Amino acid sequence: MISPVDFVGDLLNPDLAFLPRALLMAVLCSVVCGVVGTHVVLRGMAFIGDAVAHAVFPGLAVAFVLQGSLVLGGAVAGIATALLVALFAQNRRLREDSVIGVFFVAAFALGIVIISTAPGYAGSLQDFLFGSIVGIPDENVTIAVVVGLVLMTVLFAFHKELVAVSLDRESARALGLPVTRLDLLLYVVVAAAIVISVQTIGNVLVLALLVTPAAAARLLTDRLGPMMLLGPVIGGGSALVGLYLSWSLDLPVGGTIVLVATAVFLLAWLFAPRHGVVTRAAVRRADTSKRPPVRGRVPSGL
Amino acid sequence: MTATVAGDTRVSVGSGTPVALRVRDLTVALGGRRVLDGVRLEATEGELVGLVGPNGAGKTTLLRAVLGLVPSSGRIGIAGQDVSQDRARTRRARATRSIGYVPQRHEFAWDFPVTVEEAVLTGRVARIGWLRGARAEDYRQVRRALDRVEMTHLRRRPVGELSGGQRQRVLVARALALDPRILLLDEPFTGLDVPTQEHLTTLFRELASEDRAVVMTNHDLVGAVHASDRLFLLNRTVVASGTPAELGGPEPWMRAFGVSAGSPLLAAIGRVAEGRSGNGSAGAVDDGRDGGERA
Repeated sequence: MISPVDFVGDLLNPDLAFLPRALLMAVLCSVVCGVVGTHVVLRGMAFIGDAVAHAVFPGLAVAFVLQGSLVLGGAVAGIATALLVALFAQNRRLREDSVIGVFFVAAFALGIVIISTAPGYAGSLQDFLFGSIVGIPDENVTIAVVVGLVLMTVLFAFHKELVAVSLDRESARALGLPVTRLDLLLYVVVAAAIVISVQTIGNVLVLALLVTPAAAARLLTDRLGPMMLLGPVIGGGSALVGLYLSWSLDLPVGGTIVLVATAVFLLAWLFAPRHGVVTRAAVRRADTSKRPPVRGRVPSGL
Repeated sequence: MTATVAGDTRVSVGSGTPVALRVRDLTVALGGRRVLDGVRLEATEGELVGLVGPNGAGKTTLLRAVLGLVPSSGRIGIAGQDVSQDRARTRRARATRSIGYVPQRHEFAWDFPVTVEEAVLTGRVARIGWLRGARAEDYRQVRRALDRVEMTHLRRRPVGELSGGQRQRVLVARALALDPRILLLDEPFTGLDVPTQEHLTTLFRELASEDRAVVMTNHDLVGAVHASDRLFLLNRTVVASGTPAELGGPEPWMRAFGVSAGSPLLAAIGRVAEGRSGNGSAGAVDDGRDGGERA
């Protein structure tokens, strides 16, 4: 285990140029996913996020086999699946989760078949599934920064409409908002956030970046604004600590970041100011010790 | 008996008061099935209209058709303008200007982390417009709507912490944020205790008396008979309509609800078959005493 000071030294070491790049990517993706994840968590879209994450895979595989841009390939596949799910989900006979189940496993299967045609695929398969900090090219960092900024701008610009739809679709429609298009916009934003994050954290684990920090933030606050700030702070902090632990203990980076975020979630679940399990128990105990142990109504004469 | 039967050409109760909402020959087919057939309905300003019928009678569908949320044929007049020829978009925009919609409470995501004030402000989202923030006027209207439903003191409270009656008030305030002439309320009393229903009825009556047409669906007959100026008995079409006094006999109720003359339903609203008295409001008021609203 190296000390945090040594970690900073390694970050500044020109021979380890991939390390600050990995840190930038991990923090950037966690922050973007933390904000996007707020919508995912509040709408109960976690399963959709999972689907999109898996659906990105065939695009990555095609790009890998053809030596093309991984980001572009992932984006095309992820967004195509998101749109397919949104369209098929309009059919009332099938529930949305079944549609998602069909498409995301199919996409994942397609990805495995495609990537198996490339020579020496086992190593790259592992990188795709579980992430790799060494393999991120410079151009992808630039793309991730640009995409991240665009996503934040889009969410900010359409914030009040997205919230209105999340709160009450029927009334939003009655107000004249284009609900289906706003849904598609949110799906595309989720897909894009996943695509830029997949290389760092891996296809299987990216869902955690989207859900865990935002879910922890929800436990800590009852206000949307603070939640949208806390989500990325928790995500970014977990990425920093996770990368440090991963580097110093030689652990896989994606898994370590996710475990750190999960630890934060568990702490929030136990100790959140109003809704934490331990906090509530403490409040109950304080209440019962103060009040007389009378059940039911106190007679009005008292 | 003076009950007005469907197909009749009655126009409005208080002659001279403008008709805010007029529906003629409205037919809605969903999935190949006729859910509504030849519905006629009108509501004048200042009037509280009760839309009653059994489950599956098409009450919610009727409201949604008026709002332009489901395709329909027939004519719909909103604030004196026939909107049935408009394209869906235009029609919804027009409906938005004049109609405040209060959906059933379960349509709203109460676990969403917003305050009462923020929830009410979403009623003005479309008015505020794309890429803009709320302005002073929007906050003023939100404040006015909250005052109107007596929720101003709770405006900073997360919506998840409200009781059922308070939640209903938030939804009403959200609809009032655009100051509509017409208010459509879908089953506002579902799951609420009697004192809370009483308080809300008072509020709805006041809202109507401020020159609004208030249309309320209700599967609870006792509440509807008690509260409404005029009733429309719906079962895929309007079976009968009129004031509660005009609908004094049991027949239209038996037809609308598909019950027999001996049904306890009729007894509960004082519509008992021949021989017994048909007093309009007997049994309708059985209110609890301490008036606090609870979840």
